[in-house]
Amino acid sequence: MTTEGDTGVEVQKETEKSDEQPASPSHQQSPQSTSSSLENREERADSSGDQHQDTEAQSPPQGGGSPAGTPPSSKSSPSSDKKERNPSGGKGISRFLPSWRKKQRSQSQTSEEDAGKEEPAPVKEEETTADKDQNVKLEEEVVKSEEPKEEVDKQEKHSVSGSEAQPAREDGKEEKSDEKATDIKEDKVDSDEKIEPEEAKRETKEVQTVHTRMEKSPKKTPKKVKTVPCRVVLLDGTEYPCEIEKRSKGQVLFDKVCAHLNLLEKDYFGLTYRDSTDQKNWLDLIKDIKKQIRNYPWQFAFNVKFYPPDPSQLTEDITRYLLCLQLRQDIASGRLPCSFVTHALLGSYTLQAELGDYSADDQRLESISEFQFAPNQTKELEDKIMELHKTHRGLTPAMADSQFLENAKKLSMYGVDLHHAKDSEAVDIMLGVCANGLLIYKDRLRINRFAWPKILKISYKRSNFYIKIRPGETEHFESTIGFKLPSHRAAKRLWKVCVEHHTFFRLLSPEQPPKAKFLTLGSKFRYSGRTQAQTRQASTLIDRPAPYFERTSSKRISRSLDGPNTLPYAKKLDADLPEEFRPSEVTEWDGIKEMLRTLTIAPELSAADEDLIRDSTFDQPVSVNEVKPSASEPVLRDEKRSEELLSQPPELELHKETKNIADQAEETTTGSADNIVKISDENQKPEVKKKAEDLPLETVVNVETEGMPKLIPGGEKEVKQLAPQGEVCGRKDSTSSSDSSNESEGEEGGEYHTQTKLAENTIKEEEENEDMTQNEEPGKSPRTDTIQGTRAILVNSENVLNKELVFQNEVQEKMEDLMDKQVKKTEQHQKEEHPQVNGVMLHHETDDSIHIIQYTEPPVVKTEMVTISDASQKNEIATKEVPILHTETKTITYEAAETDGGGDNEPAMLLSAQTITSESISTTTTTHITKTVKGGISETRIEKRIVITGDADIDHDEALAQAIKEAKEQHPDMSVTRVVVHKETELTEEGED
Amino acid sequence: MAAITSSSFGHYSHAIVRGIPASLPAAALRIENQGEVNLENARREHAVYVETLKKLGLHVHELAADEQFPDCVFVEDAAVVVGGTALITRPGAPSRRKEVEVVKSVLEDLHLNVVEMQDESATLDGGDVLFTGKEIFVGMSKRTNQRGAEILADTFKDYAVSKIPVTDRLHLKTICGAAGPNVIVIGTGEAPQKVLKTMQQMSDYRYEKLTVPDDVAANCIYFNIPGKGNVLIHCAQEEFPESAKVFQKLKDYTLIPVPNSELAKVDGGLTCLSILINKSTEI
Repeated sequence: MTTEGDTGVEVQKETEKSDEQPASPSHQQSPQSTSSSLENREERADSSGDQHQDTEAQSPPQGGGSPAGTPPSSKSSPSSDKKERNPSGGKGISRFLPSWRKKQRSQSQTSEEDAGKEEPAPVKEEETTADKDQNVKLEEEVVKSEEPKEEVDKQEKHSVSGSEAQPAREDGKEEKSDEKATDIKEDKVDSDEKIEPEEAKRETKEVQTVHTRMEKSPKKTPKKVKTVPCRVVLLDGTEYPCEIEKRSKGQVLFDKVCAHLNLLEKDYFGLTYRDSTDQKNWLDLIKDIKKQIRNYPWQFAFNVKFYPPDPSQLTEDITRYLLCLQLRQDIASGRLPCSFVTHALLGSYTLQAELGDYSADDQRLESISEFQFAPNQTKELEDKIMELHKTHRGLTPAMADSQFLENAKKLSMYGVDLHHAKDSEAVDIMLGVCANGLLIYKDRLRINRFAWPKILKISYKRSNFYIKIRPGETEHFESTIGFKLPSHRAAKRLWKVCVEHHTFFRLLSPEQPPKAKFLTLGSKFRYSGRTQAQTRQASTLIDRPAPYFERTSSKRISRSLDGPNTLPYAKKLDADLPEEFRPSEVTEWDGIKEMLRTLTIAPELSAADEDLIRDSTFDQPVSVNEVKPSASEPVLRDEKRSEELLSQPPELELHKETKNIADQAEETTTGSADNIVKISDENQKPEVKKKAEDLPLETVVNVETEGMPKLIPGGEKEVKQLAPQGEVCGRKDSTSSSDSSNESEGEEGGEYHTQTKLAENTIKEEEENEDMTQNEEPGKSPRTDTIQGTRAILVNSENVLNKELVFQNEVQEKMEDLMDKQVKKTEQHQKEEHPQVNGVMLHHETDDSIHIIQYTEPPVVKTEMVTISDASQKNEIATKEVPILHTETKTITYEAAETDGGGDNEPAMLLSAQTITSESISTTTTTHITKTVKGGISETRIEKRIVITGDADIDHDEALAQAIKEAKEQHPDMSVTRVVVHKETELTEEGED
Repeated sequence: MAAITSSSFGHYSHAIVRGIPASLPAAALRIENQGEVNLENARREHAVYVETLKKLGLHVHELAADEQFPDCVFVEDAAVVVGGTALITRPGAPSRRKEVEVVKSVLEDLHLNVVEMQDESATLDGGDVLFTGKEIFVGMSKRTNQRGAEILADTFKDYAVSKIPVTDRLHLKTICGAAGPNVIVIGTGEAPQKVLKTMQQMSDYRYEKLTVPDDVAANCIYFNIPGKGNVLIHCAQEEFPESAKVFQKLKDYTLIPVPNSELAKVDGGLTCLSILINKSTEI
């Protein structure tokens, strides 16, 4: 029902709503449609209200970011706020926390009550009382909202009991009758507001959200928990109805379903929902459900998300059983193609598992054709299945399931998630994501394959999907391969699936989202669940008697698949299966025109040695940073200091993204839970500018000077703002919406580096890279080459370290002399990764003008499309398309007053120059060190440019603070004299798809 | 029973072979002139080959040579049989298209699930199809095109079918072979090595590789014979002494060198001379 509260999108949302709302009742399935019109109205009103609230909550212009200290003086629409806001208030705040952080919090808060309920430990409790478990889970979520537990429990129980017979909200309705009035009233207010021009509305909101929220969050007010009826289609084709609190995270629902199924090994599974284009999406468990499914009915399907390559390693039979059910569905639908013989064999195991031993006079066998074993089931197949069934005599259902899985797992398409795409020549292909990597198909024919170890980076931009490939044995360049997906959403969906599969199968533990690391644009999405390694580990702790479960006849499945009405959802599920690799009718290709214009790719063909250096950071996470003494810690350790920092959010508002310094704050402050301070940022351009002008950015300066008080005359800063011309990162910016939700469709792109920093985190399989072990003659194996390469890299980074140390010493020597002169200068450049052609690299110049805001023309970025999708054409890189990319750039420079600057004309002699590049998850750091002698004074200048690519929802401020902090840590004896934040965002013209 | 287990790789119960027509020396297709084929010697060598199959316990269907089809001895190109399914090919050389007819009828008689390549635009030679027991590689040679490969992939749905560009050589299997469920034999030449790299990239599995100095010596036939274990038919020492030595390094194998000097002159390898079928996998 909601977007991510992205105000930019708001405009679209509004229109969208007018379009879709009328239709919404029909979307809602039976339960709703049978309910009273009043209820429908309420439902709708609610949703719009919620949406509105969300918007408020997340368009924390300056406000959302306002820290605890801010007085709630300008609260403007308090009445409605007070009532309904509370539940969301708490949540709203937590929403600003990075997801990993949220999790932590919820755990710690609930720890007293359900200590140990989280992981394997809970086994017993979960098993004894599913209901209780559900409640507990819910609590975990709700406690965050600071609602009284009793209330929640009560609600929850109602939902559970009510859910059995009547999924509708009858219970809740009555219970909430008293609330309804207020709801409606409030909704009215909200809708009225909606009618107001965007501008006005936003203004109000800013103020009110920010302050109200701060004021309220600490309070605990009893809440009316709005619940929504959900329906989850299970793998056996049945439907599980339940009620769930409207603001629940996906995890709540998922846990509920798993509890219902009595499933412990749940990490292989997930919930899917359908979006407007009827595409299957995975529900992100750490995000609010309603933000993901928006206007669509709360209908989900429980599915296998990660197909275990070796099902025999699963601990419990029930898990294997569910996997079997999924595979039977996959097979019957054609999504998992197999030969006649295999159909027959698998079908016979299915019969054995469900019917037991073959018996000639078994009546059940007469109905064998009611089972669906294959997409095109023939009598011949059924006969063969029966024949084989006879041979399985004596196999228990669990054994039959195991045999089923042993055979199914060998199918080449087992666990391959297919996505339609086009290659550079607009040929329809399929991209398959699996445990081992990415597969490329043309029809059923595999035309290329990229194992995870081969892939350096996965990214998407618009409707393009890119993978950066590690150079092969004989190649010197990384190559980037691009694919066109039918839509932006499809590209993002594929990207997410890749990120998740890579993390789940390839890593030992999930990587934290690219939170604190500098500015990032694009999706911050990361897989946050357990990896396969972790879930296997956890499974070993499962200690319960094998749970009883009933095997549902797959006849049921087949019927439901056939029946037009019984299970429309399940039917749909199969409809979109990329079965037979047939390209579906593409409704999404509309975006193609635009796509063609905007194909872009970060030029990745970097010099060979630069690659070496980059690689070194993968192998040697230590690199330059950690060798340094960390001297600047005090800055953030000083509680007072950080508080102060936090209390001056506006100064830090460089960017639009919601920002959260709370992370740091909590490290250092006593971290009272209610005291979450957020610095959020502004999305409204006008506002940003204003702020930038008005506010002296002292916070930043404080950070800078803290370590080096003597070197920096505080106070004087330069604010340069290169304003954006186009729209930027889009509509978000330009329309001044804040999109703090990761889920935003507005994300232009996302990046994911598969090479985790922690090399140990990668599962050490034999390097897939160039395998096939040699039987004889070691020869010149690729493997050897790789190792050599690594060695070279190591040497290289050592050199770097040495040099750095040397130069530091030098610097210290000079320090005394130069104290007053401040000749040291460290520049931090932070900009986005897009190449700039006629871009605005003003921060390179030593322009000393202060408080100048410059506007430049929108740069035209020339980019090349490099597309290789076919192994046979691997070495031919097509670079024909040179699309124009509209971008918006924004540069803000903070500069300490300097005595030297590049301004004086005294010639300097260059002693040395060095450039180091390193790359991490979503950032590329280029450190340029130059040493010059000028007038007898030697100056070392370190210019560090950090390029962050990614989502819109980055904590820019935090990233900036982090960058500064790191810079200071690395060079404790130097001062930060200049910070330039350069943001470049691509213009979006794409709608909501 | 195990339809997709690689453990059945090398199990064969039947073989189809075809005699050498007198027209072969003069009319058989060849990439380059490698000398005159001595028909007598060729037939003698072929007889050894057939005898070997019989000794291994296979039921050998010996089809008569057809003088219309100089290349008909190379029956492998006419059909791809994996498990219980047989795909009747559409050979890349127009002159060979009709060779498949008699082969097809034999396969039908064996009650295999026979699939025909209907598409007029598709071409596929069986010699371009390497089945490793786990997956299928299809060489994109002059004889096999994209469409043919796609149909192949669609026919053997259980297996990954990956396309491998083949240049300079007649067929994929001219320069490589499978010497066991986990062993790929490959020549040292540039073309074979390129092929190997592509296969490595495309494969989900890891194979051991056996590198032979003579590219065409890589063509070999692996059997897993009950009671005998691993059996490999490979090149004769007289023809490729160095390569034969490499094969001798294989442990726990019964090695059977079979001469093929004459047909090699028209690009015929050991695998080309038969279609191997395992009726027992046919459930």
